[in-house]
Amino acid sequence: MSGAAKAVRAAEGLSEELVAEHGISPDEYAQLLKELGREPTLTELGVFSVMWSEHCSYKSSRVWLKKLPTSGPQVIQGPGENAGVVDLGDGQAAVFKMESHNHPSYIEPYQGAATGVGGIMRDVFTMGARPVANMNALRFGAPDHPKTRHLVAGVVSGIGDYGNCMGVPTIGGETNFDPRYNDNILVNAMTVGLVDADRIFTSAAKGVGLPVVYVGSKTGRDGIHGATMASAEFDDASEEKRPTVQVGDPFTEKLLLEACLELMAEDAIVGIQDMGAAGLTSSSVEMADKGGVGIDLDLDRVPCREEAMTAYEMLLSESQERMLMVLKPGAEPIAERIFKKWELDFAVIGETTDTGHFVVRHKGVVEADIPLPALAHAAPLYERPWVKRETLPVIAPEDVKAPKSILGALERLMGSAHLASRRWIFEQYDHMVMADTVQRPGGDAGVVRVHGTQKGLAISCDVTPRYCAADPYEGAKQAVAECWRNITATGAQPLAITDCMNFGNPERPEIMGEFVGAIEGMVEACTVLDFPVVSGNVSLYNETNGVAIPPTPAIGGVGLIADIADMADPALKNDGDMLLLLGGGPGHLGQSIYMQVMEDRLAGAPPPVDLAAEKSTGDLVRGLIKAGAVSAVHDVSDGGVLVAVAEMALAGDRGVMLETPPPDMPAHACWFGEDQARYVVAIAPENADAIHKAAAVGEVPVRVLGTVGGDVIALPGERPLPIATLRAAHEDWLPRFMAHG
Amino acid sequence: MKASVIVFPGSNCDRDAAVALEAAMGQAPTMVWHGDSELPKSDLILLPGGFSYGDYLRSGAMAAHSPVMREVVRRAKAGTPVLGICNGFQVLTEAGLLPGVLMRNATLRFICKDVLLKVERNDTRFTSAYELGEVVRFPVAHKDGSYFADEDTLDRLEGENRVAFRYCEASGAVSEAANPNGSRRNIAGIYNETGTVLGMMPHPERLIDPALSGTDGKKMFASLVETLH
Repeated sequence: MSGAAKAVRAAEGLSEELVAEHGISPDEYAQLLKELGREPTLTELGVFSVMWSEHCSYKSSRVWLKKLPTSGPQVIQGPGENAGVVDLGDGQAAVFKMESHNHPSYIEPYQGAATGVGGIMRDVFTMGARPVANMNALRFGAPDHPKTRHLVAGVVSGIGDYGNCMGVPTIGGETNFDPRYNDNILVNAMTVGLVDADRIFTSAAKGVGLPVVYVGSKTGRDGIHGATMASAEFDDASEEKRPTVQVGDPFTEKLLLEACLELMAEDAIVGIQDMGAAGLTSSSVEMADKGGVGIDLDLDRVPCREEAMTAYEMLLSESQERMLMVLKPGAEPIAERIFKKWELDFAVIGETTDTGHFVVRHKGVVEADIPLPALAHAAPLYERPWVKRETLPVIAPEDVKAPKSILGALERLMGSAHLASRRWIFEQYDHMVMADTVQRPGGDAGVVRVHGTQKGLAISCDVTPRYCAADPYEGAKQAVAECWRNITATGAQPLAITDCMNFGNPERPEIMGEFVGAIEGMVEACTVLDFPVVSGNVSLYNETNGVAIPPTPAIGGVGLIADIADMADPALKNDGDMLLLLGGGPGHLGQSIYMQVMEDRLAGAPPPVDLAAEKSTGDLVRGLIKAGAVSAVHDVSDGGVLVAVAEMALAGDRGVMLETPPPDMPAHACWFGEDQARYVVAIAPENADAIHKAAAVGEVPVRVLGTVGGDVIALPGERPLPIATLRAAHEDWLPRFMAHG
Repeated sequence: MKASVIVFPGSNCDRDAAVALEAAMGQAPTMVWHGDSELPKSDLILLPGGFSYGDYLRSGAMAAHSPVMREVVRRAKAGTPVLGICNGFQVLTEAGLLPGVLMRNATLRFICKDVLLKVERNDTRFTSAYELGEVVRFPVAHKDGSYFADEDTLDRLEGENRVAFRYCEASGAVSEAANPNGSRRNIAGIYNETGTVLGMMPHPERLIDPALSGTDGKKMFASLVETLH
């Protein structure tokens, strides 16, 4: 903020330093001069700096993002709007997106995470949808890092307080601990909303002479240059950037949500856009550009929280809970009545024009007059140099030490930071409000009922950072596949994904190579699994003093269950049921949780994903669920088969008698290997023949794992592991860590 | 039976309450905006959960001074049954219809999970369908749910048999381990002197459907329909 204030005083004669402080390179400045045909005013420099920032312009990633598959019969709206939209049939649609709030959350975890949740919910209700579910994907540093506990506590509390107050259930997510996130945590938040397919709102301001309306909170000096901050790496002084973190007010956002939905039920809105990153600037530029019109703003009419705000500050403020709308002629009174009812600010601050320019007036002075294409389309576009990562060798199971006892290793894994229960986190989120949560956190995917129907939306967030760090291409494939698998495990048909691409500094060729590898893996997996990308977000420069995070392409997927009566979950339900493993593999232990916990190392190639096997196994499982042939289903991922079985046992509070595995691979590889495209299912024994036959059709391997019953996990030749002991190990780690460390 | 659900700015369980009431009554309740000073004739007034006024100042404190609350207080004093759930309970204490206050949870954290409750009375309009001493499972979802009153008030509440529910174990034992938020004497809900106003932190409206993994809340709405129709 002090930088901004100083900048305003500097007024005429923009120095090289000032341009550099705005994150604009000398080449970019030359281009700016060409676009504008003259020197910019300070206000204009500020506008260019945010619109051309990595965060707003995707200048390093755009050429690659174009390669992602984004279409399909299920897609109503692909990338380019506030959120993506998929068809749910019966005239209903799901609107969803995931977004990062990494940099602010590290600097100020509570407000950073809270405003991340607020921002993504606004993206969804801007399109006319009522948010019905939130998810989040969190990456923290090592548990023993001195900051980790403080960051976990702040982020979880921030997410909870915002979503809880909004009355939108947070139904799941994932959390990793890894030292490579010590100085750059990741906070990725996803929101899913429901809308009638013929009532979807977009941002295009089509039409000239239409009123431009500002609603929501007043504008303050918070968050100025947040988008620029998110487009640079951290150094030791980054924590001084605290004033650029926005402050959230979920109560105002709840009012804004209800007011917007109330107005959207009227025939009043031409276009609507939330004021997120780069606030008033980005929202007005986008609306005008998409509508093919110009826009005039009179900043004297902007509701301000603080006195004497300059044009520069108002345009760059990232104050939260604000919206910009273009109304139909004469619709101002009804809009004003609704926003006054909800006690929110309402102001007509400008109009659309036929000039094709972004014109801003303040106190009788034209502070900015910029041709819109210069901001929207002339933004720099980089084909950054990149180098492909060398692939790592596959590690044979024999080269990873066997444990003294398989069940002892299981207890250790389940009580480790990586696999321990996340109950301490999800119990701080209201996951039941709206009374449609039919599958609560802790399973494969969260499921909410489509209100008033029998349909269900299965939602999951996934990526395995240690795989991506070892091989960005295979890791990204795996992220998409695991998300598809988690959704499938509920019985849902996976529809589409949103993504949050978290990477380091793209100006380094090895980081850019990670990004390219991840995109290529996603392209392949999304194509084969018919799981297109409908929205997303890129967060680069997640690095500190030259050390980057592992490449983390977080995938958020949505699937549809036709009738929730047919939904599956992981809990074992009947003593005497058989447990089967569907899907095969060599017992891959490279980059496994077993290797990480038991040997304190991560080495070798991650497990490869055979997408054809993924599809045939998933389609088999979904068919079995629909046919009512399985009583419990769980995908096999972190920790392998035995961890999947243990999670099913804990969820159902029932034991399992395991059979000795076939001798064709070492026992620890069989139980803890992380081969992909696999599920564990529980079935009534009389269904076994039918399932073997169905599996044979798709050439899916089947192995009998054991029988459900008792209160221990038993394996021939080993001392049984009581469910109560396993539960204690699994549940205790996180609360104990948060209490004492 | 006619019911009204009061909607404050920031209420967010109003729809859930309306769904539960409609399922039990066969007709939708009237949703009444907090700024209205008129309240339709109602056999039941429900104050829903949520974050009225964002919990600013104190939970429920601002909502207690909404225009509609004057009429709610008048009706309550005249004998109209009033049910306050979660934030609604907080509003009832702030409005002076129930004694005590809901303080920050002992853990200082928001807590959302199913808890077990012991039904302490089944001779009221709200609980007639339950067995006395029955253990039921309702969810809680709150940050300010720790019931507090001074010892004299607590003694009086118990002496007048005005405790509605207590947090308990599966066996019905009322223990510290079963108390999710540090409430005095494990109190989860209380009545007014006449048993016509009930405030409770747990959410009966969230477990009325097997698809939501429980139906223990259904009997409360069934009780109301049975005794108020």
